[in-house]
Amino acid sequence: MLSIPFPKPPTSDAAEALRHEVRAFLRETLADRPPAERALSWTGYDADFSRALARKGWIAMTWPKEYGEHERSALERYVVLEELLAAGAPVSAHWIADRQSGPLLLRYGTEEQRREILPRIAAGECYFCIGMSEPDSGSDLAGARTRATPVEGGFRVNGTKLWTTNGHRAHYMILFCRTGGNTEDRHGGTSQLLVDLSSPGITIRPIRDMSGLEDFNEIVFQDVFVPESAVIGELGKGWDQVMGELAYERSGPDRWLSSFALLAELNRHLGSRPSERAQELLGRITAHLVVLRRLSRSVAGMLERGENPALQASLVKDLGTGVEQEIPEIVRQLVDIEAAPGSGDQLSAVLAHTLMYAPAFSLRGGTREILRGIIARGLGLR
Amino acid sequence: MSDTTTILHDTANRLFADTVSASELARAAEGAWLPAQWQQLEELGLTTALVPEDAGGAGLEPADALGLVRLAGYHGLPLPLAETLLAGWLLAHAGLPVLEGPLTIAPARTDNELRLERTGNGWRLRGELDRVPWARHAAAIAALADHDGQPLVCLLTPDGYTLDQAVNLAGEPRDTVQVNCALQNAHVAPAPEGFGPQQLQAAGAALRALAMAGAIDRVLTMSVNYANERKQFGRPIGKFQAVQQNLAVLASQAAAAGAASDIAAEAFGAAPDLLAIAVAKVRTGEAAGSAAGIAHQVHGAIGFTEEHSLHFFTKRLWSWRDEFGREAEWNRLVGQQAADAGADGLWPLIASV
Repeated sequence: MLSIPFPKPPTSDAAEALRHEVRAFLRETLADRPPAERALSWTGYDADFSRALARKGWIAMTWPKEYGEHERSALERYVVLEELLAAGAPVSAHWIADRQSGPLLLRYGTEEQRREILPRIAAGECYFCIGMSEPDSGSDLAGARTRATPVEGGFRVNGTKLWTTNGHRAHYMILFCRTGGNTEDRHGGTSQLLVDLSSPGITIRPIRDMSGLEDFNEIVFQDVFVPESAVIGELGKGWDQVMGELAYERSGPDRWLSSFALLAELNRHLGSRPSERAQELLGRITAHLVVLRRLSRSVAGMLERGENPALQASLVKDLGTGVEQEIPEIVRQLVDIEAAPGSGDQLSAVLAHTLMYAPAFSLRGGTREILRGIIARGLGLR
Repeated sequence: MSDTTTILHDTANRLFADTVSASELARAAEGAWLPAQWQQLEELGLTTALVPEDAGGAGLEPADALGLVRLAGYHGLPLPLAETLLAGWLLAHAGLPVLEGPLTIAPARTDNELRLERTGNGWRLRGELDRVPWARHAAAIAALADHDGQPLVCLLTPDGYTLDQAVNLAGEPRDTVQVNCALQNAHVAPAPEGFGPQQLQAAGAALRALAMAGAIDRVLTMSVNYANERKQFGRPIGKFQAVQQNLAVLASQAAAAGAASDIAAEAFGAAPDLLAIAVAKVRTGEAAGSAAGIAHQVHGAIGFTEEHSLHFFTKRLWSWRDEFGREAEWNRLVGQQAADAGADGLWPLIASV
């Protein structure tokens, strides 16, 4: 049998108890947040909210006490994440640091890096951006050309990173770059560096996306000095490390809940007596979400047991982004409104944002085609 | 899953693999009954897996017993294992005798209405039951009939009905049963508390969800193997990205169906979680259509022949997704529950399954 295994998700009383606590916190904290803002999902940015969340102990939840002081289970963390996303909480400031940069440092970072950075992430005060894509290297990450050349005491970095979410308001980037070899040997000679974004020689230019947001950036490195102590893990092992980082990036409920605010608004609009057709379309999407959640919890269980869910995470992301992109289409089939950015009608405004943002769902974090290639490899086809 | 269950599943898997060959599937599709294979199921105790031990069964946990249905779906087992499991379970839980031999249940479709009347020292039952699985081979049918607003379980034996044979796409019997018979008191009993037609329909839907998940696993396996073997343009077609992308979609649908069928197995019981089973049935049903389509696309013309085995599984998928409530019907249940939950209750509803 060739099907890709998704072990039964573990259950946890502690996690369910925590769920109620999180809901109560979100109800109070987000009481005044309108649907159009909730629709921003995990691109919603609010450093105050991130700090408040940290005070509850809900950032860096699974990290060892010495760095984050929580040591909660992966399942408890999963519950917090899905509740935050379902409520449309503005989690963007700390999201990347909590999801992938911190875990990467925990796994590969030096003791000095961990002590310096991790407690500040856990406090909701230190934010990260991802340093992978470049102008000529999108899906083909191994084609990255940004180079760190060895100099006295460290490296001199030159190159350009692109589509860098939150680059203009993050404190650090984990830079994937070449430190040896050449672009011909692809995976060899790549490394990851912990780059302080206030370093001289870094130019950050926000790029307005087609939905009108300025979340992502172009970041140019011109003779930027990075000290030797900034090497993460092993010099030359960047490829394996960055693959691990991508597995963190793809594994969570942020890959199937991005349009949830729109579905909630649709439900509000349809009221308690929807037509049969509305029942059918709403029921179908709800069923999809229930099953995605089961798959996603299975991935959380694999993380909890220290297994590598890279394949399963790719599959959930591919299925999940498809459903995220279907939700605006369902709204259009059921409701006779036109999408209107900034409209006082919340459904209309949320629809507008979600429609314009939806193309990104199956691009960011690995395109649909890349993910399906990973699944095909898992099936033994390549 | 306990060690015992793992052993049982392994044994069943080997038995199905050894006994269900392409020629047996073809014979069954033409209407043949496979008595030797049925006897082996009985001897292994598979057919009474859901009957409690004190009623003479194996008394497995539902989630474990229903794993057998997924395996049977993987192999296309052309025998009423799922129906016998459900009928035995229902009869035993109503305190009625669980007869030996293949059993089946009458789907609680809205057009399947039985009229049950009191007579002097027993009951009379009249009505027509449409699309009863495997009825022609069944030693008994377990059916629900309404009496004064209370659902009663009735044990019907072949002397009490006549039938018109019909089949589904895969040639599995789906007969029309005309009932007009006297029933002794010992063959009529109240259904388990809260268990009515909708619950029976849900129990059947859960079984079909599991069977579909198994058959989807099978068409995925067949398709990947075929893509690795079949060469065109000088290399296996599985090396082409266009084919790989389709097979990746098929694998994703298989994973979703597998997760959905796990939800169904956990929700099965005397007080089944209707929302969970509805979710499982619609999601496996949708996956079934997508999986069958991709499997045929990958197999090309050879998969369209009667000689190739693919159709045994795709025809079952196309049939099973419509049995015990097609997607539209169960989607309406899910959709109304979502509407009842309201905008703020939608997430808690989703997280409750």
